[in-house]
Amino acid sequence: MNPGLQAYLTVASALFAIGFAGVLVRRNTLVIYMCLELMLSASTLGLVAFSRYNNTMDGALFVFFIITVAAAEVAVGLAIIVALYRRRRTVQVDQLNYLKN
Amino acid sequence: MAAFFFYFFSALTLVGALFVVFNRNPVNSAMCMIVALVGVAALFGLLHAYFLAMLQVVVYAGAVMVLFLFIIMLLDTEAGRPVTAPNALAGVLALLILAVGAKWLADHYTFPVTPPSVQAAALAPANNPLAYATSAKAFGYGLFTKYMLPFQVTGFLLLIAMVGVIVLSKRPSTESSRDSRSPLPPPQ
Repeated sequence: MNPGLQAYLTVASALFAIGFAGVLVRRNTLVIYMCLELMLSASTLGLVAFSRYNNTMDGALFVFFIITVAAAEVAVGLAIIVALYRRRRTVQVDQLNYLKN
Repeated sequence: MAAFFFYFFSALTLVGALFVVFNRNPVNSAMCMIVALVGVAALFGLLHAYFLAMLQVVVYAGAVMVLFLFIIMLLDTEAGRPVTAPNALAGVLALLILAVGAKWLADHYTFPVTPPSVQAAALAPANNPLAYATSAKAFGYGLFTKYMLPFQVTGFLLLIAMVGVIVLSKRPSTESSRDSRSPLPPPQ
């Protein structure tokens, strides 16, 4: 028996939950960024599953856009992280507390 | 057989994702991230989205993760320290909220085997010009007809991102501004 939509959505939501927990738990900016990418991947998995379920191409085309935007986002975000590291010498979010006091 | 592959690649994806979160070393996290992304690509393949599976491997597991590894090794950050109590509490709370939401979703929405919208007339090719297809040609057709404007906006977005990265990673030139060279005072 082939796994249905529910199974794929379960995997996608579990992947999203793991990525979300990683964003909240980890303090290294690079790892937080990787967890964000995991969440994006989980959403694309859900989109493809729904697209196949509804027999339309729209969800799969949206995955195309999401992958493109994610690649652009990674490039810009990593440039920002490198610029941050140049000035502050750290990428740990709990040491980036210049606005705190 | 498809069920076996589904469970295998789902387990691969989820275990890889868990190792991304719980590894102390960012380099190991990135390696496990590649495993998770390849698992997602395999799930795309099981959904007959072969073009997307290839795109996922090439763009995500290839280009994006190489960029990540490059930056991790460039910055040479220290290994992670143990998770503090507030962070752990936030993580547990987030997982709890998501679990409750997923349970609610599973209880209230049970999807029939064939969705009602595609059962009868919608399956006719005349009514469904963008039917689910596996070929890259179907992607091109959709991108250049229904999604022409988003496609062009995406291209422009890539251009903007490229310009932004060049501006961000350029070293401040000597005559541009003095305060960009003097860092902020160290924290007290």
